[in-house]
Amino acid sequence: MTLTSDQIWAIIGILAVGTFLIRFSFLGLIGDRALPPLVLRLLRYTPVAVIPAMVAPLVVWPQATGGQPDPVRLAAAGVALLVGVWRRNTLAAMVAGAATLYAGLWLTGL
Amino acid sequence: MTATTAKSAYRTGVIDGLPFVFVAIPFAVLFGVVATEAGLPLSQVMGFSVMVIAGAAQFAALNMMVHDASILLIVLAALAVNLRMAMYSASLAPWLGKAPLWQRAFVAYLNFDQTYMMSTARYEEQPDWDVPTRIGFFFGVATPLTISWITATLVGVQIGAALPDWLALDFALPITFIALAAPMMRTLPHLVAAGVAAILGLALAGLPSGVGLLIAAAAAMGAGAATEIWMERT
Repeated sequence: MTLTSDQIWAIIGILAVGTFLIRFSFLGLIGDRALPPLVLRLLRYTPVAVIPAMVAPLVVWPQATGGQPDPVRLAAAGVALLVGVWRRNTLAAMVAGAATLYAGLWLTGL
Repeated sequence: MTATTAKSAYRTGVIDGLPFVFVAIPFAVLFGVVATEAGLPLSQVMGFSVMVIAGAAQFAALNMMVHDASILLIVLAALAVNLRMAMYSASLAPWLGKAPLWQRAFVAYLNFDQTYMMSTARYEEQPDWDVPTRIGFFFGVATPLTISWITATLVGVQIGAALPDWLALDFALPITFIALAAPMMRTLPHLVAAGVAAILGLALAGLPSGVGLLIAAAAAMGAGAATEIWMERT
């Protein structure tokens, strides 16, 4: 890394302020004014739109294998997804995914 | 007493938020380890976790810092990763917009994926909750998460590179996010949105960090809303 300590602090400071302003944006400015129905309709899909878009590349091209698709990680992600949809339970999905990951890593001897 | 008070909602929130601790801890430990390995001193690692307090963006920034990207690109990429939180902010506004400004400012500071998702899910289940009760619940969910995020970062700095590779902590983030989103796939529009998001997320992965994510998420929200409108008409 070639950044100086001051430059890193600048990055931290800008990210801290910028992230806060993003998080505050609508809560702070709009307050209790009602949002248009179409906006509310779009916002209903925010989590299921953002999370799969963020996760899919991490699952298919994991960092740990240098970006090579890994059957064990694909299986762990698949099991977490299926259990989560089936049980409607976040913790159950996490436990099932982690169990699949460790079982798979152990079986493939990595 | 059947009415839920702000205090009891806070306790309910703490209990609902506890499971996320098992996710936040490995993720924060990993950040502490990776940031320390990259050469950041304790103060700066903790500066990220306390002031920025946004896991995915912290990792994105660190990754680009290690690869000697320009400061402008580092900041833009990390903020782009966080832009989804503007959508969270907008979606919390109808529930919490009447709260005092200082409370909304604290909610904003603690507006994470998990606090947002858990809170809006609860608010929809309990439409009769008043604003102080909703605020109490939100801070309840945020409390164990925030404490564990900050202390686990500190632990990560201390243990440094001593963690064994077989723990595969790299995959804690994907599994967490899948486990958060999967229970929300209740309806066809949700499934359509998630499918479009995953496909475009993969197709646009080559774009600069965060850009593909934003395009994919916007398209997926549109697809979900369009499916909903289409179903209402048929």
